[in-house]
Amino acid sequence: MNLQPLLDVAPYSLGKKEKTKIFDHLLHQLTQHHYQNCLPYKYMMNGIDFDVNSGFTASQIPYLPVRLFKTNELYSIPKEKIVKTMTSSGTSGQAVSKIFLDKETSVSQTRALTKIVSSFLGSTRSPMLIIDSESVLKNRNLFSARGAGILGFSMFGTKRMYALNDQMKLELDRVIKFINQNQNERIFIFGFTFMVYQHFMKELRGNTVKLDLSKAVLIHGGGWKKLINESVTSAEFRNTLEQLCGIKSVHDYYGMVEQTGSIYMECEYGHLHAPVFSDIIIRNPHDFSIANVGEQGIIQTLSVLPQSYPGHSLLTEDEGVLLGEDDCLCGRLGKYFSISGRIKNAEIRGCSDTYAEQF
Amino acid sequence: MVELKTLKSVDVVTHMQNNFNYNNIARTPGHIDYDLFIKLPPMIPFDDVVVAYLNALSKALNKDSRTRIYPDVATFSFFCRKANILQIKKKFVKDDEIKLGRGLIFHIAPSNVPVNFAYSLIVGLLSGNSNIVRVPSKKYDQVEIIIDAINTLDDKGEHPIVSERIVLVSYDRSHIATKHFSSVCDVRIIWGGDETIRQIRENALPPRAFDITFADRYSICLINADKFAEELEPHKIAIGFYNDTYLFDQNACTSPHLVLWVGSKDHVKKAQQVFWRNLKKIVESDYEVQPVIAVDKLTSFFNQAIQMRKIKLISKGDNLLWRVSLDKLSNDIDDFRCNSGYFSEYHVNDIDELSSVINNKYQTLAYYGFSKEQMADFILKLHPFGVDRIVPIGRTTDFSLIWDGYNLINSLSRIIEIS
Repeated sequence: MNLQPLLDVAPYSLGKKEKTKIFDHLLHQLTQHHYQNCLPYKYMMNGIDFDVNSGFTASQIPYLPVRLFKTNELYSIPKEKIVKTMTSSGTSGQAVSKIFLDKETSVSQTRALTKIVSSFLGSTRSPMLIIDSESVLKNRNLFSARGAGILGFSMFGTKRMYALNDQMKLELDRVIKFINQNQNERIFIFGFTFMVYQHFMKELRGNTVKLDLSKAVLIHGGGWKKLINESVTSAEFRNTLEQLCGIKSVHDYYGMVEQTGSIYMECEYGHLHAPVFSDIIIRNPHDFSIANVGEQGIIQTLSVLPQSYPGHSLLTEDEGVLLGEDDCLCGRLGKYFSISGRIKNAEIRGCSDTYAEQF
Repeated sequence: MVELKTLKSVDVVTHMQNNFNYNNIARTPGHIDYDLFIKLPPMIPFDDVVVAYLNALSKALNKDSRTRIYPDVATFSFFCRKANILQIKKKFVKDDEIKLGRGLIFHIAPSNVPVNFAYSLIVGLLSGNSNIVRVPSKKYDQVEIIIDAINTLDDKGEHPIVSERIVLVSYDRSHIATKHFSSVCDVRIIWGGDETIRQIRENALPPRAFDITFADRYSICLINADKFAEELEPHKIAIGFYNDTYLFDQNACTSPHLVLWVGSKDHVKKAQQVFWRNLKKIVESDYEVQPVIAVDKLTSFFNQAIQMRKIKLISKGDNLLWRVSLDKLSNDIDDFRCNSGYFSEYHVNDIDELSSVINNKYQTLAYYGFSKEQMADFILKLHPFGVDRIVPIGRTTDFSLIWDGYNLINSLSRIIEIS
């Protein structure tokens, strides 16, 4: 697989026509590769009579529900070539996704992520303030998507400072010192959306000290699910941050352990953008047909990176809306979209267990 | 709306179990003295006072205009009529036997089948017992309608002997209540799911008490295609099957997940077309698929494909009705199920083939195109570990006092031998 054409261009520089051409070709190759090298993938494709030798476009490639990676070990390389196994976050007792990486896929992930993130942070690395506690990396039980996210983004930081102590309390003095030491530099702040809100914003709100982070860039991710109860919108989140500490550059990102690297970053207009490495398709739940612009549906994500495991076309458990393609006011090309939230749990009748959940 | 009432005898009860507080858990009726309640003597099965009560309950439900909106409440009401109960009594009561209820039954009803709690309750009454019934905490109109009727009868005071033997409770996340009721009951009935049963069983019963458990079950459907080819009203069969499955999101223990076809190849092919086409029409007009179910079906299919290897998804198009064609019958087919319209199907040459897969998880077998005698022969010849009910298509959800292989009246009463 030659990803060089995509690595050589800026991450939001391909228009629909160009991108489709490269994408269709690469994903066709990937589909055949997984069919030939991953037996479970072959059984799945055979089950739905999908002919990998026919001429198909990227949007015709079957999509695997992300949950399959929790119940099956899926990889398309000899087992001895696995260098890293990533797992999704999950509360204790819940099954977690297992994603198997070989060296090549792991390297492509890093390169793609670097290209995407540097287009927001600039190519020089910055002092990094992490809105989390260092224990999230030390404690094996906690180490999951949060730890992996911090590690993944750490390559964009020079010195790293954790803003929270082990009790998840904001160490304000430490943070102020860090800001003062790096007065003339752009500080890169990273954290999970909920952590930023709960342990950073809320703390600052109740404090008279005003931090000056007007030159900083905040990148946050991990979803809004926990913030729904607090009824915080994305716009409020940004406004509050600017009021509290002057941060103007705030970018949410959408990503998943099943497609690490090719993440979707939020632009200045609050839209999530597909980079050249990945794409999204919104599907109607009724029949999985492709939804129109503006129509809510289930998000399918396509990525050219997954070579070591059949995760190049996935059906997520999130719902979203395609807002447009190639015409966002921010100037980035490619599809842009918004996330509506997780698919609601089913409310079904019948006698199977739901009672147990109440205990 | 159900009027929430709280019990007044909290002080009487506290000495039975340390710190147990009946406040906030009890719903109806509002004036039970627990000390007296647990000492109420048992009755004989199908006691006249119970039959009269149920008939009055049926009448009260029929008076409620809401009953007409809910077929499950209407069916329950119909079941409670005196004529029906007396008919059933003939089957369960022998004149030369003296029987009494076991005492106090603690019913734990499933949260997803609204009227189930009511059936469980009347089984307890008909077998001669006092009852504590945990009703679903989820809000259902059906539950409210039935509770309203029970309260109406209680308020009128015309059936005191029966009314005082009914306590309906509702509580959330309360180990204490389950623990307490478990410690005072004579029989505990647990509806719904292996995990529920495991958790409830952590609460000890008195030495002589026991559980009747309705665990996770698997149900199937058997269609004789040679007969179906001659069926003049395939639409009616499809309606029956719809009621067996989609009506409860194919998630009741009685809902078939596997459809087996018997007959000549040509007949099976034709029957399949006609059957599924008719079902699809009904589903298209009456049923809606939730987004998460669409994902569930795709996930289930791929999981099944990985494990079973040579299956095929036959239905293409929308996510309302998924058909999965099997290349063989395997022992673990009951592991691969979804809900809300996901069916595995297979053409068996002979129904004897079934004996190799039926395990004790199999509950209901819905059939079409066979005689009762053929079904009886099948059981007597093959002695399968599972299958407790064999009913025509369309009748899988019919309630019966024999359930999951238990004669519930016998299980909930005791025979007094006098010689």
